[in-house]
Amino acid sequence: MNTPTVYVPRDSAALAAGADETAAAIAAEAARRGLSVSIVRNGSRGLFWLEPLVEVATPQGRVAYGPVHAENVPALFDAGWLQGGAHALGHGLTDAIPYLARQERLTFARMGLTDPLSLADYQAHEGWAGLQAALRLDGAAIVQQVLDSGLRGRGGAAFPAGIKWRTVRQAQAAQKYVVCNADEGDSGTFSDRMVMEGDPYLLIEGMAIAGLAVGATRGYVYIRSEYPHAVATLREAIARATAAGFLGDDVGGSGRAFHLEVRMAAGAYVCGEETAMLESIEGKRGIVRAKPPLPALAGLFGQPTVINNVISLASVPIILARGAAFYRDYGMGRSRGTLPFQLAGNIRHGGLVEKAFGLTLRELVFDFGGGTRSGRPVKAIQVGGPLGAYVPASRWDEPLDYEAYAAFGAVLGHGGIVVHDDSADMAKLARYAMEFCALESCGKCTPCRIGSTRGVEVIDRLRRDERRAEQVILLRDLCDTMLHGSLCAMGGMTPYPVLSALDHYPEDFGLSVPDKKAA
Amino acid sequence: MLQHLKSEIDHGTPARTSAQFVTLKIDGCDVTVPQGTSLMRAAVEAGVRVPKLCATDSLEPFGSCRLCLVEVEGRKGYPASCTTPAEAGMVVRTQTPKLQQLRKGVMELYISDHPLDCLTCSANGNCELQDMAGVTGLRNVRYGVGEAAGAHHTQAKKDESNPYFTYDPSKCIVCNRCVRACEETQGTFALTIQGRGFESRVSPGQGQAFMDSDCVSCGACVEACPTATLQEKSVIELGQGEHSVITTCAYCGVGCGFKAEMKGNTVVRMVPWKDGKANEGHSCVKGRFAWGYATHKDRITKPMIRAKITDPWREVSWDEAIQYAASEFKRIQAAHGKDSVGGITSSRCTNEEVYLVQKLIRAAFGTNNVDTCARVCHSPTGYGMGQTFGTSAGTQTFKSVEEADVIVVIGANPTDAHPVFASRMKKRLRQGARLVVIDPRRIELVDAPHVRADHHLALRPGTNVAVITSMAHVVVTEGLVDEAYVAERCDAKSFAEWREFVARPGNSPEAFEATTGVPAAELRAAARLYAQGPNSAIYYGLGVTEHAQGSTMVIGIANLAMACGMVGREGVGVNPLRGQNNVQGSCDMGSFPHELPGYRHVSDTTVRSQFEAAWGVEISPEPGLRIPNMFDAALAGSFKGLYCQGEDIVQSDPDTQHVAAALSAMECIVVQDIFLNETAKYAHVLLPGSSFLEKDGTFTNAERRISRVTQVMPPLAGLGDWEVTMRLSNALGYPMHYRHPEEIMQEIAALTPSFAGVSYAKIERLGSVQWPCNEDTEEAGTAIMHVGRFVRGKGRFFNTQYVASQEKVTRMFPLLLTTGRVLSQYNVGAQTRRTANSQWHDEDRLEIHPHDAQERGIAEGDWVGIASRAGQTVLRAVLSQRMQPGVVYTTFHFPESGANVITTDSSDWATNCPEYKVTAVQVAKVMQPSEWQRQYADFNRQQLQLLAQARDAEGVAR
Repeated sequence: MNTPTVYVPRDSAALAAGADETAAAIAAEAARRGLSVSIVRNGSRGLFWLEPLVEVATPQGRVAYGPVHAENVPALFDAGWLQGGAHALGHGLTDAIPYLARQERLTFARMGLTDPLSLADYQAHEGWAGLQAALRLDGAAIVQQVLDSGLRGRGGAAFPAGIKWRTVRQAQAAQKYVVCNADEGDSGTFSDRMVMEGDPYLLIEGMAIAGLAVGATRGYVYIRSEYPHAVATLREAIARATAAGFLGDDVGGSGRAFHLEVRMAAGAYVCGEETAMLESIEGKRGIVRAKPPLPALAGLFGQPTVINNVISLASVPIILARGAAFYRDYGMGRSRGTLPFQLAGNIRHGGLVEKAFGLTLRELVFDFGGGTRSGRPVKAIQVGGPLGAYVPASRWDEPLDYEAYAAFGAVLGHGGIVVHDDSADMAKLARYAMEFCALESCGKCTPCRIGSTRGVEVIDRLRRDERRAEQVILLRDLCDTMLHGSLCAMGGMTPYPVLSALDHYPEDFGLSVPDKKAA
Repeated sequence: MLQHLKSEIDHGTPARTSAQFVTLKIDGCDVTVPQGTSLMRAAVEAGVRVPKLCATDSLEPFGSCRLCLVEVEGRKGYPASCTTPAEAGMVVRTQTPKLQQLRKGVMELYISDHPLDCLTCSANGNCELQDMAGVTGLRNVRYGVGEAAGAHHTQAKKDESNPYFTYDPSKCIVCNRCVRACEETQGTFALTIQGRGFESRVSPGQGQAFMDSDCVSCGACVEACPTATLQEKSVIELGQGEHSVITTCAYCGVGCGFKAEMKGNTVVRMVPWKDGKANEGHSCVKGRFAWGYATHKDRITKPMIRAKITDPWREVSWDEAIQYAASEFKRIQAAHGKDSVGGITSSRCTNEEVYLVQKLIRAAFGTNNVDTCARVCHSPTGYGMGQTFGTSAGTQTFKSVEEADVIVVIGANPTDAHPVFASRMKKRLRQGARLVVIDPRRIELVDAPHVRADHHLALRPGTNVAVITSMAHVVVTEGLVDEAYVAERCDAKSFAEWREFVARPGNSPEAFEATTGVPAAELRAAARLYAQGPNSAIYYGLGVTEHAQGSTMVIGIANLAMACGMVGREGVGVNPLRGQNNVQGSCDMGSFPHELPGYRHVSDTTVRSQFEAAWGVEISPEPGLRIPNMFDAALAGSFKGLYCQGEDIVQSDPDTQHVAAALSAMECIVVQDIFLNETAKYAHVLLPGSSFLEKDGTFTNAERRISRVTQVMPPLAGLGDWEVTMRLSNALGYPMHYRHPEEIMQEIAALTPSFAGVSYAKIERLGSVQWPCNEDTEEAGTAIMHVGRFVRGKGRFFNTQYVASQEKVTRMFPLLLTTGRVLSQYNVGAQTRRTANSQWHDEDRLEIHPHDAQERGIAEGDWVGIASRAGQTVLRAVLSQRMQPGVVYTTFHFPESGANVITTDSSDWATNCPEYKVTAVQVAKVMQPSEWQRQYADFNRQQLQLLAQARDAEGVAR
């Protein structure tokens, strides 16, 4: 009989829940029982409320148990889990878990299935197919595929990736760069991290394709320092991919070069802003550059540079492998393809949900997320990270689509969804938005540098009811100055959560509902 | 040239040059600008000044203040006009209700963290923040201000450590202009922003005080600051000036233009002039701040005489002093012949003053015994470049360095001695130009922030000629000669001889490696880099000229430049960095004993007869005595009288004891100076000189650029230097009747073809002119020399046989001493020592490599005796890795240091330029000053007492 294979994720979310202890307990228990077990440390499936989610390979498919803590292990053995035996922690076939089964996993298709660093696993699961396809095309044709796919930047700005690539491709320079923005600092987001920890070759493949498309021979992945596992995994993956010839002087035997390296960030949220990130990679203080010049023309070290988020680049291989039309067929309007939404905050079933654009927040939060973890009613949902608007119940049935959200003053951003129940004080959260901006502002432009600090003070006065009516006017004026006057989105979007809280939850600011209109 | 203080328009962003122009509409007005021009600058062209704080036209746009937002038709949002380039067909609005509201919102934020003390603020009347508050119409700060608002910096502590300016962070708006100026303009990178967000603060280094940081006090940050945050202490004390005057700095040969901001005839501050072509708005610690010596209490303001140098000085009237001096010169000439007297012109005085002194000597004394301090610095430049190219001056403008691809610095330390040009050079280096440094010391340029030499050829002192000849060897033997250039532009015969000579195996880098200490491979790489250019420029200093083979080295440099085709266009050239403000001019004006103005030999009958006709005297066809010859003749008893204007030969010339003995042997020494300098201590007549602030005239810088020096205050002693010379001439019986220095320039122009087109009116109209300036040149003269052809016709090559210096290391004197200067002090220090610049450098020290120090048991700060065959002195030691083992270094800014007690009579074979840069010495730890220093201290004390007695007598008389 074959040695049974047990999958214990190595993703940070699983590790935080005790996956290493679980894996050790499984090995020890198997040894104690004289059983031979092969433990594979896979990526996470993204069902975080079940982490550590342990899977056992059976002839019927992989069977899920979770959350499995060390102390549950003997009982699971007793229940015959190695053969898929029933247990209170059992969830049946993993692929049949509705949370997963109802997703449209394109970018995350391989997530959790493989040993992230196994080149063989990657190859066996359609890995490098996009790169192979790209190697058969010239740069212009690759760019055309990306253009045709309708892929837009997943970092938050949603700029068409193909147009950016075309600009860089057409720029004349001896050296061009591809920079991957993996400074994933939005609260409640983790999709970038999951890719780097759980499917790192996917990102490498996407970046190599980008390099081939635009004529860049060097790439950098800028990873936030809070992601030590992602840094380690990606570094190891780059070393292995280089040794295997997928990176280096002769990518896939094409004679074309693409070298990749990881740069670890130093803990500033604003370095996720693309130009501040460039400064940081260059070894300078992470402050925002004025645009123009666009980084596509004068980016890293002044050279033409493609800058994309992890998910944007990770979405490229499947576009090349399956064709632009395949990808474009997902989604709605001008939002094509899928977005990996990340459910977090006060939510029962937190995790990653990759779906085509067009579903609603209600579906995400209630159908997938199962409502709040506290069991209390949902009050507000912040979409798109700490600079995203609080979406009130009246908007929960809007389709998740860039344009639809922009139409009511909200953003999809990087797909982070943070849920608050009815105990949330929205004035406090508005204050927090300003405080976050004050903490993380690079300090270059005046509206953000001074405005965020003044914003905290104004909201404090407002909450203390010091000349409240005047403070409301001042807060709105300040938000207007920040919105239109800031150099980058840090100061420019901080008003989103503030104003949405003020507009939709005036009672939390001590304003009566009629005041809402007056304000 | 009176200019109202606020007449300058700040265009906000630097000018762009482009062959393409774009036309756009700004506030309804069509405007056409070069492509790449910002909307802000284009708006200024259209007559609109968009509000701004972080932008200024000396710095690249930054886009942080957000006051300059505009609306562009068809575009979303409100782009910053400073960072948005103008595009064809754009329709821009700079003023709309929305923009007004946004700007007011930004201003309200600024003022919420700014003290409301405008009336008592030192920037009152010259504050851009105040101006912008006015422009944006801010009427109310609803957040409150300072503590009332909440978080604030209005109580932040001042940093007053720098003697010249104060950093008051409570006034700082974090516009980054200072930080950017330190980086872009000065290239020192001393400033940064510490912290982020609201806590962002300007910081020298890592939270250091200015004086403890890398700051070199160039003043660029102070100039860039729009508020009172970085403010001159003189302005804090005196307030804003009420008028300003354009003049030229009197320190080094860069010749920076300055705007003297004045209240009456009191200088409030010196501001680098944006339109000054030598400096384009930049400055250094000397020109910007160290002008207080002009009103120092040590200034000599009364003429004084005495019969013997052991007598007390006696203050007398101008007439008495002049009559006494004239009678002494007449007496000596009557007794010992007319060649028994002579004079020395000053490289610190104006062209007009220098011209007049040499005229007095040639016409009133009737001798050619005139020389100038260029004798001891750049006389080999005059000789070497004259021989090869046909003219005795640098070939380029400073701006030319912006086109250089390869920069070679030989025996010069620009960051210390020519700091404003060094900043320009560093800017080019940061843009990617390659750098070769040929210097025994690891000077700052070898490894500075964002600047690193590709090759540092750390040669042994005295082996320049071996290095340059072996570079030529590489060029010739590796096929790197620009054959077409040489064939077209150079003398074929001398080139052929030279080519054969340098190609000899004995001239290879390998053959010279043991002599020079420069690895052959490194030298070959440097030579290839230079030859490949495409534009390679050589900049050199006294480390080239002040050698026994100084002239040979200059010729070697010229040979190399010609062979590689690197003369006669932008970005290339051979550029001597002249040491003193008007050393170029003093040479041009006929200060050398063998040359009349314009470098024309006295033996040339045609030239001489022109001057004879104009001056109404006969001029001797024989060259007169050079300075060292004057000393020798004095000791021999045939040279008895000297008129020395603005030059301290006792401190600055080599072998001090020899000079002092020579002066002591003379019967009448007339010194004209602003202080009782070391030479004046040997004088019989002391005539008060005037500082540059008291002068009218012109200086000529290292680019041959003639700029106006404008009087901002009357001469403290009542007479300008030119008036004193004129009176002395008249007393000697040779009449001079100029009413203004302008008339002297008219005479110079009439008699000197290369100056024929020079006039005050033209200089004032164009800012400056560069000689040659006449009918055959552009109106502003000649920017780049030798375009198309060399001045002498065909460029001529000379073989440069390396000959080892007489100054060799021996068992007795096993080390080589070389000398130089530091940034904060200037030359003999007479000016800078009388300013707060001494806070950076208060004594000359001996730099020694740690190995040499260790061998001798010398620790940092120890007193060490330095002995050469000429003399001994004692200095404190600095252990420094800048030195190579076997070489020690010092400066000569303080008379008591006696640096020139050690230097010897060794000198250049062609010009007698002293070999300051190579003296064999021994160094040992000692416990007390040298014998010379003890004698100097006694003599100095005595002389100061004699001066004090004269002043006391004046006090009693009152």
